[in-house]
Amino acid sequence: MKFGILVNEGPYTHQASDTAFKFTEAALQKGHEIVRVFFYHDGVNNGTRLTTPPQDDRNIVNRWSELGAAHDLDLVVCVAAAQRRGIADADEAKRNGKDADNIAPGFRISGLGQLVEAGILADRLMIFGD
Amino acid sequence: MANGNKKFMYVNRRAPYGTIYALEGLEVVLIGAAFDQDVSMAFVDDGVYQLKKGQDTGATGMKNFSPAYRALGDYDVTKLYVEKESLDQRGLTADDLLDLTYEDEDDDYAEKPSVRIVSGEELAGILDEQDVIFNF
Repeated sequence: MKFGILVNEGPYTHQASDTAFKFTEAALQKGHEIVRVFFYHDGVNNGTRLTTPPQDDRNIVNRWSELGAAHDLDLVVCVAAAQRRGIADADEAKRNGKDADNIAPGFRISGLGQLVEAGILADRLMIFGD
Repeated sequence: MANGNKKFMYVNRRAPYGTIYALEGLEVVLIGAAFDQDVSMAFVDDGVYQLKKGQDTGATGMKNFSPAYRALGDYDVTKLYVEKESLDQRGLTADDLLDLTYEDEDDDYAEKPSVRIVSGEELAGILDEQDVIFNF
């Protein structure tokens, strides 16, 4: 089956990101396809490489990056939600006159059309959040 | 882009202010309208407040985005289901809601209401027909 994944909450505050990650990992292990993981609302905070949790805790951001690299996942952060919350890649930072970027490896910033397209392409769009 | 037309439903459950879900949810609907799918919206629980007339956010410093709902008709988002029980529980009636309309191109562009008040049971049936359901 082809799954689209929507992550609507930020890391650590809310379990939604953990659950989405575990679901994605399990689906891949079972041989399913993940057409895209889309990060929206505070979910965009899953895509900052500046995240530095205590050493005895899971690193939610690195975990997504590593799973993405292992399975060639399309990890997409919503541009409008990212701009509001200060998540930027080099292009976005330059365009908005910022002095730094913080996007984590394997993530890319794009528009909401990518979310709607994931809903069209996937057999099931799974939504993780409140 | 995949072929085929899917039924997309955007379920709005939260008040327009207090959290950003309603505003960012509406952004998805407006972008999604460009994809030529069958789109409808549902308003339940505090989500019915999103369609309330006379919103004034002046004292909060937040943007009043309720005028944006008026654009939905132009984006061919013409099915806005409002759950009657949610209105009743909040002492609201149809008269309290924005007068949202669309021009029906299949009926000589007659202006028709977009808001349809339905029971929870009717809404459950409508949700059952959907291919993709977003919750905001």
